[in-house]
Amino acid sequence: MEKRISRGKGLFYNIDWTMVLLWLALVVAGWLNIYSSGNKEGVSEILDFSHRYGKQLLWIGFAVLLALLVLMVDPKVIPPLSFMIYLLTILLLVAVLVIGKEVNNSKSWFQIGGFALQPSEFAKMAISLALARAMSSLTFDIRSRNSQLLIIGIIGLPMALILMQPDMGSAIVLLSLVVMLYRFGMNQVLVATALFILLLALLSFIVSKIILAIILAFMAGIIIFFLRGKTKEIILVSSVAIIAIGFVFAVDFIYHKGLKPHQKQRIEVYVSNLKGVDKDIRDVGYNFYQSKVAIGSGGFFGKGYLQGTQTKMNFIPEQDTDFIFCTVGEEWGFLGSLVVISLYLLLIIRIINRAELQRSQYSKVYGYAVASIIFFHFMINVGMTIGLAPVIGIPLPFLSYGGSSLWAFTLLLFVFIRQDMHRLEVIG
Amino acid sequence: MKKDLHSSRKRVITIVFIVIWAAFVVRLFSIQVLNDKYKKSSATISIRQEIIIPSRGTILDRNGVVLVQNQKSYDLMAIPVEIKPFDTLMLCNILGIEPSVLSEMLRQAGSDPYRKVNPLLIEKQMLPERVSMLQEVLFRFPGFTIQERAIRNYPGGMAAHTLGYIGEVDLKKTLEDSYYISGDYIGISGIEKSYEEVLRGSKGVKKLLKDKFNRNQGPYLGGREDVEAISGKDLYLTLDARLQEYGEMLMQNKIGSIVAIEPSTGEILALVTSPTYDPNLLSGRTRAQNYQNLLEDRNKPLMNRALQAQYPPGSTFKIVNALIGQEMGILNPGTKYGCSAGFHMGSLTVGCHNHPSPLNLTQSIQHSCNAYYCWAQRDMLEKSGYPTIKAAYDVWRKHALSLGLGLRFDNDLPYGYKGNIPSSDYYDKLHGKGRWKALTVISISIGQGEVLTTPVQLANLAALVSNRGYYITPHMVRAIGSADSLNKPMMKRHQTSIHPQYFEPVIQGMRDVVLAGTARNAAIEGFAVCGKTGTAQNPHGPNHSLFIAFAPMENPKIAIAVIVENSGYGATWAAPIASLMMEKYLNGEVKRPDVETRMKNCNLMRP
Ligand SMILES: [Zn+2]
Repeated sequence: MEKRISRGKGLFYNIDWTMVLLWLALVVAGWLNIYSSGNKEGVSEILDFSHRYGKQLLWIGFAVLLALLVLMVDPKVIPPLSFMIYLLTILLLVAVLVIGKEVNNSKSWFQIGGFALQPSEFAKMAISLALARAMSSLTFDIRSRNSQLLIIGIIGLPMALILMQPDMGSAIVLLSLVVMLYRFGMNQVLVATALFILLLALLSFIVSKIILAIILAFMAGIIIFFLRGKTKEIILVSSVAIIAIGFVFAVDFIYHKGLKPHQKQRIEVYVSNLKGVDKDIRDVGYNFYQSKVAIGSGGFFGKGYLQGTQTKMNFIPEQDTDFIFCTVGEEWGFLGSLVVISLYLLLIIRIINRAELQRSQYSKVYGYAVASIIFFHFMINVGMTIGLAPVIGIPLPFLSYGGSSLWAFTLLLFVFIRQDMHRLEVIG
Repeated sequence: MKKDLHSSRKRVITIVFIVIWAAFVVRLFSIQVLNDKYKKSSATISIRQEIIIPSRGTILDRNGVVLVQNQKSYDLMAIPVEIKPFDTLMLCNILGIEPSVLSEMLRQAGSDPYRKVNPLLIEKQMLPERVSMLQEVLFRFPGFTIQERAIRNYPGGMAAHTLGYIGEVDLKKTLEDSYYISGDYIGISGIEKSYEEVLRGSKGVKKLLKDKFNRNQGPYLGGREDVEAISGKDLYLTLDARLQEYGEMLMQNKIGSIVAIEPSTGEILALVTSPTYDPNLLSGRTRAQNYQNLLEDRNKPLMNRALQAQYPPGSTFKIVNALIGQEMGILNPGTKYGCSAGFHMGSLTVGCHNHPSPLNLTQSIQHSCNAYYCWAQRDMLEKSGYPTIKAAYDVWRKHALSLGLGLRFDNDLPYGYKGNIPSSDYYDKLHGKGRWKALTVISISIGQGEVLTTPVQLANLAALVSNRGYYITPHMVRAIGSADSLNKPMMKRHQTSIHPQYFEPVIQGMRDVVLAGTARNAAIEGFAVCGKTGTAQNPHGPNHSLFIAFAPMENPKIAIAVIVENSGYGATWAAPIASLMMEKYLNGEVKRPDVETRMKNCNLMRP
């Protein structure tokens, strides 16, 4: 048992400043943009708590305290507590269904006085800790059925609870953990199949289903042609082709019969956007279109800080939460956008690289989980504002306005940074 | 530690991440740098919010006669940045303004970054012929628009103070209440103010998509976020327009007021204050100048004397003491006091006029004997069994307050004064604790001294006497929205602390006042009128003439108070005016044209 953590060597001994500084850069960029999108009357008091930029400053202050607190905790105490934290989170997710405050038809928030907390934001960390704990145990084998069921259970239970709120966005985020699972031995075929299905579903909207069916059949034919004589493989390829074609028609059927008109419209808007056509820009496609207009109007150098017009005139709803990247794009232009998205890539790659250096499997798994979650948020959120991903309401890590999201991501990251300071030890 | 079989997958993951990042970079470059479609759109599509001002409620009298309604009016507006060079002289000729005024206005607004993009008021409430002329040639003046708005119009030109007026909301109010934005109209006085929220309705919002030429591109989100405007509700006042108009006519060239109440409901039938003014003066385009003129008038036409003027009630207050005296066990119908041309006690003398002596309670009212009430007041304070004068006085005062005196009615007019029934603490302060006696305050017995009442309180006093002991708070709004949805919160019944049986001798006395007493000229053929005269001493000039009355004696329909300033004795002017008012209300017409003409034509204004 070593007690060197807080003795003599200081709070920041062996800390990875790269991750810390990237985190800080993103938080600062976030606040600057929240200030800009909330500041419609010209320069005003920064610490005005009646405005969201004033409140965000307060949230940032708490986030820094939270980060320092994490750095003071002995990293060895976290792994044994993983399941406890997980169970506590499950209880919170159950509780929010009962006593949560209903906002926009979903019960996702605890309202405590003037203060709202979203437990699903913190669930991401709890699940990552639980997975790290489970997957670092000596009896864990990703190929065994029991281990697989354990993972599905750890992810599935909170996911089901979040879906009951219902909060589609936060639930979908949990699927990002597949990336981490892939790294630690998840069946490649399974991952490839999942991607194939996703691609097929997308294509079935873009290309007519008959043509798609013909192409699939044609491809299967070619493969079968080269597989002459290998009966087993031919049967496999044929059945895959038939299932795929059936899937294409099933998607079409669900689309026409199972979806509500506004859901259909939303998909149409997204798909036609991929084809370069902006649809329904006065209606369902409005946000989608306006966010592209805001970012597109930024040009190469941007309109300048606080000079945005689109993001200040309430053209875009949720300007400082889910659509904060519009302000970046409009005011800081291509250059600023490039810097911001590169900060994310650098942070994520740094996390992955540090994760690989961990001696403990626990820290390694946890690091990958952190990287997967942050990357997924980044991908969906930024993708949505530039028309590459469909509109799913999830925040941009560290940038979006909101205490819950900022604290959850800060905790998520700093728990890893804390473990990384002791990467040479087996702490889990 | 386990063997890591899949370390090569780190590279796959990293590459996938980088590819997605690169896709984002390419996409950003394409929409931000290569494609200028979105740069154009940013300037072309925007949402404009149009605020829809609902029509303000109409104000009607108790019989549905319109007192206040909306009238269309046209303002010329301009958005400075949208103005192109134009024929200044031509526009100014149509508007009838100096070119230098217009160019200075545009120059000032044009130098302000906020004002230059927002509508600027150039000329308000243009004359109709100018509007039609301007409409013909408006296309020559890009950036200028004619804005229609509603102003208030008062068809009868009466009840100016009661109805009040509307005007542009001030900056302070817009900061306090987010409903209002600069340029909105708000009730500033009278009913327009006290029922502002009912009359105004609620604003609607229409969100429209506009291109850069400000052309309509259809509703935003198919109109799903639009809010319908809700029209203001109509108000049915308790006023009777005919009676109000008649009262204003009788009071012309006099200073004072008339308040008439329906005793059974507390509904104010007429609320006349004189001098008054035509409410249309405060609605038209010359409003500011008119207001200034009214403000500077030495006769204070803007003051609502019916609610704001406080007079010593004089002899009308004897009714109050006759009631309280009985309730405190000092007076009964047979109580007699002598009068030798007044009340004499030590060095104190309160004079009286010539009448038989001694008098009983009813006679004391009929002849308005000062001595009777001085004695009664002394006995109430000294002989009603309370340990101190102060304690007895407090009981007396409590009864007076229960008669609606010395307090502000909790009604629907935005202002009003309390009058004054002095507290015993006040006398303690004035004379020292325990150092004042009944004689010190004896002048209150005949409604002089510190006692003050407003005309509406006096009318209410007449109403509660006619009701034998209770009153409904006098109020102005009878129904809201439709004629039958009654304004219930205003109809609060107040029981006085005087037992109903004590009212009969007093009412008999008031009847005798009209039959054979001080106000024989208040009689109306066919109706048993009860009344009481009063004269309020006025240190600044001739006394004020007061009269309170109700009719008929049984099952009363109208109670009234009339005050005519500087007109001397109460019976001369106030009594006949009250009588004419009651006759008008009860009969629908007046059969005494000679009295009517004399009252109408009399001029009591200071020259
Ligand atoms: Zn006498």
